[in-house]
Amino acid sequence: MSTTTPTPARSGAEKAPGGGSPQGAGRRKKRSMGKQNLAGWLFSTPFLALFAVFMLFPIVATLVMSFTDFGQRNVRKPMDANFVGLENYTKLFSDDQFLRAMFNTAYFVVVGVPLTIGLGLLVAVLLNNGIDRARTFFRVGFYAPVVTTIVAVAIVWRFVLDPSDGLIAGLGDELGFTAPDFLGSETWAMPSLIVMAVWRNLGTVMVLMIAGLQAIPAEVREAARLDGASAWQELRRITVPLLRPTLLYATVITTIGYLNVFEEPFVMTQGGPSDSTMTVSLDMYFQGFRFFNMGYASAMAYVLFVVIMGITVLQLRLMKDNTK
Amino acid sequence: MSAVTPTRRPEGRVRKPLLYVVASLGLLVMAAPFLWMALSAFKTKKDLTASPPVWIPSEWTLKNFSDLLDQLDMPRYFLNSVIVAVLVTVCNLLFCSMLGYALAKLNFSGRSKVFGIVLAALMVPANLMVLPLFVLINQLNLLDTYAGLVLPFAAGAFGVFLMRQFMQSIPDELLEAARMDGAGEWYIFWRIVLPLVKPALATLTIFTFLGSWNNFIWPLIATNDPDKYTLPVALATFANDPNRTVGGGNGMLMAGSLLVVLPVLIVFAVLQRHFTQGIATAGMK
Repeated sequence: MSTTTPTPARSGAEKAPGGGSPQGAGRRKKRSMGKQNLAGWLFSTPFLALFAVFMLFPIVATLVMSFTDFGQRNVRKPMDANFVGLENYTKLFSDDQFLRAMFNTAYFVVVGVPLTIGLGLLVAVLLNNGIDRARTFFRVGFYAPVVTTIVAVAIVWRFVLDPSDGLIAGLGDELGFTAPDFLGSETWAMPSLIVMAVWRNLGTVMVLMIAGLQAIPAEVREAARLDGASAWQELRRITVPLLRPTLLYATVITTIGYLNVFEEPFVMTQGGPSDSTMTVSLDMYFQGFRFFNMGYASAMAYVLFVVIMGITVLQLRLMKDNTK
Repeated sequence: MSAVTPTRRPEGRVRKPLLYVVASLGLLVMAAPFLWMALSAFKTKKDLTASPPVWIPSEWTLKNFSDLLDQLDMPRYFLNSVIVAVLVTVCNLLFCSMLGYALAKLNFSGRSKVFGIVLAALMVPANLMVLPLFVLINQLNLLDTYAGLVLPFAAGAFGVFLMRQFMQSIPDELLEAARMDGAGEWYIFWRIVLPLVKPALATLTIFTFLGSWNNFIWPLIATNDPDKYTLPVALATFANDPNRTVGGGNGMLMAGSLLVVLPVLIVFAVLQRHFTQGIATAGMK
């Protein structure tokens, strides 16, 4: 692998004629451009090859599969699948379980994203402006849930939320309230998953916001304080507007993450009780890999993809309008 | 300046301790599930099912760990997770820094198109590719193999983006000087550029390793044979197994979760600077 370019490059340089003349320099520059061209493509090849096989091909294949009746037998013989036109897509929009999954996913995003961004921002401001000592310690603590294995964490939360011997039930006993059966209740299961997701993801927002806060010049703050701005005014009038690009970036990535939510309901509820935590990704997994309705599952994946792209574009456009 | 200080100081004296209390309470809420997990892993069956729940085990035991090792082949799953994560990381370090170098420092036709591909790839959700990827890996007879687990993640767009950002800060004059001396592009990349971006390589190593360690949906789909399960797949399968004995089984799950999470938390605590650097860099435009 280490022999790809050094030899031709070296010999090329030796052969380059006419030391300092402008003509020679120009020719050498042109030749070096050609070499860079070749090298650029050689350096790109491994990534592009893997990208083509394991990303581009699957993206296109999902689209094709979504127009077929791709089922279990086709896993061995993909070419035998029959073209069914838009049937999968029309079926989706009369499929109660899928509509429920769409609703649940939207619920997760609409409630979860503002909570995650808001709390993340709050913690960032707190740690950046109020805490001088043990700053790293606090930061590490708030960020720790982000790095932990989500399956393990979801298992732990399952027991934290347990109605008989869970942490919150125990707290309820001490404080005199009865904790609901969070994961067994149609009303509480989804909010429970959202709380867990907020707990897990606010650290990412916090780190992004701290980086953004530190990019705000100290003089701007000083000036505001000299003019007698309160802490709240400073947050609303200075911090948030100047953080807008960071806030939008954090919103985009959190939204994309929540639209794809899978592990939490898979480990904690398997979509239940009665589909109240069925998300689009979970529905897709069940349809695709439990019932092997892979054509149908592909249509689900594409609907989700289109929704994600649409929302991302919308958010990025909002950002452009705001920076004008 | 001196006029401001006296008016601000008293206010600060009142607020500061309060802020520390608020931050500490927040931190306690964040840490509670971890503490609960770590303590429960050492509880006896009686303490695990006690109502109201007990925080501190009345009797410390290692039985949950020994039961877990008896019932699940944890060393095997641990080894699988390590092998997959190491292979994924090595591949990403090499391929992402290669393309990052090309995008940052090589003037080649199609550079902007390739960068466009990388940016687009950043936005594509993994769930979109999972169905045909399963068919493809199955056709290639790579189900239940390390290759099948590693190849789809061998080169990530995030890594390319990260490496490009860091490599752009290397002065062009340095590379031009090396080219004048007759160094080839591979030599420049390997001997000059890579040593200069060691912090970025460290960041990418941590992110890729943890990403692979924590990955769930693909290993869940790409393995049927328990011998090839990674830790999260084994743990989730066990957690959703109706035959798992209640009570004692819960202790085993806490012990298992602790074993999966603990290495990650230790690595993170030691290398946390690189994490924040990586996130912050990715957030910059």
